[in-house]
Amino acid sequence: MDILPILSTLRRHKLTSWLLILEIALTCAIVCNAVFLIGQRLQRMDMPSGVAEHELLQIQVADVTAPSNPYARLAEDVALLRQVPRVISVASSNQVPFGSSSSNGNIRLDPAQPERTLFATTYFGENLVPTLGTRLVSGRDLQPDDFVDVETALKALGTGESKSLPHVTLITQTLAERLWPGQNPLGRIIYLTPVVGLRVVGVLDSLARPNAYDTAKAQYTMVVPIRMGANKDQSYLIRTRPEDRASVLTAALAALKKADPQRVVTTKRSFDEVRRKFFQDDRAMAGMLVGVIVALLIVTALGIVGLASFWVAQRRRTIGVRRALGATRGNILHYFQTENFLLATIGIALGMVLAYGINLFLMLHYELPRLPAVYFPIGAVVLWLIGQVAVLGPALRAAAVPPVVATRSV
Amino acid sequence: MFAYYLDLALRSLKQNRVLTALMVLAMGLGIGASMTTLTVFHLLSGDPLPGRSGQLFYPQVDPTPTAAPALPGNMNYIDAVNLWQARRADRQAIMVGGNVKTKAAQAGSRPMSLHTLATTADFFPMFGVRFTQGNAWTAADDLAKARVAVISRSASDRLFHGEGGLGQSIRLGQWNFRVIGVIDDWRPTPHFYELDRESYGDGDEVFIPFLTSRDLAELGITGYSLNCYGNTMDDLHLENQPCLWLNFWVELDSPAKAQAYRQFLDNYAREQQALGRYVQAGSPRTALPSVMQWLDQNGVVPSDVSLKSWIALGFLLVCLMNTTGLLLVKFLRRTTEISVRRALGASRQQIFLQCLVEAVIVGMAGGVLGLLLALAGLWGIRHTPADYADLAHLDLPMFAATFAISLVVSLVAGLLPAWRACHIAPALQLKVI
Repeated sequence: MDILPILSTLRRHKLTSWLLILEIALTCAIVCNAVFLIGQRLQRMDMPSGVAEHELLQIQVADVTAPSNPYARLAEDVALLRQVPRVISVASSNQVPFGSSSSNGNIRLDPAQPERTLFATTYFGENLVPTLGTRLVSGRDLQPDDFVDVETALKALGTGESKSLPHVTLITQTLAERLWPGQNPLGRIIYLTPVVGLRVVGVLDSLARPNAYDTAKAQYTMVVPIRMGANKDQSYLIRTRPEDRASVLTAALAALKKADPQRVVTTKRSFDEVRRKFFQDDRAMAGMLVGVIVALLIVTALGIVGLASFWVAQRRRTIGVRRALGATRGNILHYFQTENFLLATIGIALGMVLAYGINLFLMLHYELPRLPAVYFPIGAVVLWLIGQVAVLGPALRAAAVPPVVATRSV
Repeated sequence: MFAYYLDLALRSLKQNRVLTALMVLAMGLGIGASMTTLTVFHLLSGDPLPGRSGQLFYPQVDPTPTAAPALPGNMNYIDAVNLWQARRADRQAIMVGGNVKTKAAQAGSRPMSLHTLATTADFFPMFGVRFTQGNAWTAADDLAKARVAVISRSASDRLFHGEGGLGQSIRLGQWNFRVIGVIDDWRPTPHFYELDRESYGDGDEVFIPFLTSRDLAELGITGYSLNCYGNTMDDLHLENQPCLWLNFWVELDSPAKAQAYRQFLDNYAREQQALGRYVQAGSPRTALPSVMQWLDQNGVVPSDVSLKSWIALGFLLVCLMNTTGLLLVKFLRRTTEISVRRALGASRQQIFLQCLVEAVIVGMAGGVLGLLLALAGLWGIRHTPADYADLAHLDLPMFAATFAISLVVSLVAGLLPAWRACHIAPALQLKVI
């Protein structure tokens, strides 16, 4: 198809052509950036937790009157839960991945160091590794005689007596690599306070923190052998088979209620719900962006339909003349399609520059990463397609103009 | 003359229904999407206490051993109580909240976990909390560690099954508190006075005197943020512990008083440094942000919301260009008609006005459609699981803004096409006929 006659026609419709080009450019820029933002959200929602997500249940109960011996109470509860049919494993914990509420500590590699090295989360509780289903990469799991009661540890911290403090810890691969790049972390010491030095005895494949807001720091996790009592915000974690979750949860709650009808269940949920709740704002944002993109593309398509219809109506006589002189319907159809393709291409080229500019602005203000080049062809293809679909109707109408129009006056 | 333009415009719009529908739809979609996102932004960046927030301030001091880039977001017990007892502001209140197991005191009632705020007497008048029954406790009750409580209407419904509950007792943990006031459900958004909680989450349900809650440490208020900067022995009795966990707000009714309080805060910090309580070298840092500054410092408006409003504005721009293009098409199509009017004596100005009237009619129709779409969009947002979802309503200013925006957009969009239309050379067009 010869594009020179098209260009010369467009030159006579400068204003409308430029309006269409600018509209396509702006749409292209917004679509590129919005698709990129959606991609970011989806990527965040896929953040690995490191645990057997479809097999876990979390229960939190609160006692109206404090139990006289919280550790015995917790052990009773755990024993009760173990007896529930089809339960694979039970653990007590102070927190769960993506659970929001978290316990954290400042890590130092040298007790005398004035500034912390980093801020890591600390998991407490017995039987965590097998119940969560996180994999031990090297070293050993925590053993029963590593554990210290919370209150004993807190008292020892006050008196500075180091014998009743925990001495070992598990850390994630990511944390090990961050603290000692390329070295074997086993046997090294992490300081939570100048007196609490914890020797790394095992390395976990992955375990996300409860407050994983920053992807880069989501795996800064330690598991410390501290025994929870039934008087803190402890959670019971239950592992079972995915298909048994609902029935096990009901049976577990019944068992806990039976032991003490006065207690209040504050949390009962599967880990799938934990993840869903933690990332709900991301999901809402992604949904909203999809809505905006769809609406924007519709608006742009409507604009193209309007302008193309106008051009067809305006050139009815010319089309008639061309048809009379031997142009086929196909020729006319292709003429309008090519015209739209040309306008869209110029618009897309401008849009790419604009998209890059918007991305630079967002990078400056919202700490977003650079727009990867892969999003540019996506925007281009989407707009070419929208343009072609929108112009098809008017172009077909143009192709249907009979040659006899040439012989009539307007 | 205006009525005539209106008549002409309506005729012309009727003449080409498809194009008119296209324009209205494009305008409506643009305005609807922009208004939806802007409403969410307006809501989230909104002032939690309009008219009052300018006089509320959040004093900050730094008792920690090492200076962080930002001052601590909470106070320890000693500083909070010192500043509270100094009574140098018009009003001042300490507050900390968490979940407490609560039930009505009579036998057989069911325990439930309610969000409880331990605070001091000034809290209610300072934040303008309205009571439906009874009153707040007094400063004397604070010091006497009285076991009294104020509950919200929804808590009273849940605890007493709609029978008010004033004068009755509720049981928090193992202690009885007498209900002396019931407040209207009160949920400032964002939850500015205690940001540790979900900023757009539910309101507080039970209020008890702060000193009473410290007296009964085993009350088991849990779920507040506790940030310790030294060795702690005990997280139950926090009075002497190096831990930051309290919120302290003051009301200062004039800029002069705010200035004086800033001075007082500086002096206080220097005094504490001299006493050896503040160990950081150099002159101690203090700050006194107002409510809006405090929200801003804490990035309480989710950044993706401001991102969304940028997208919304971009959207509006696309719609503007779209409408301009379509109006241009519409007016240029009628060149013959316009030429005839010009030839019969209509001035350029009259043609220009006629075109603008047509543009505004399209704009208003688009505005109405946009309003409907915005309502639908907000309905959609209310059904997402985001924290702020159920607050998404179109309020009166945004309602008015919808029409103002559609008017401005249609006028701006109409300018160029109208200018082009009134510069058509009539002679040339008349020859063609």
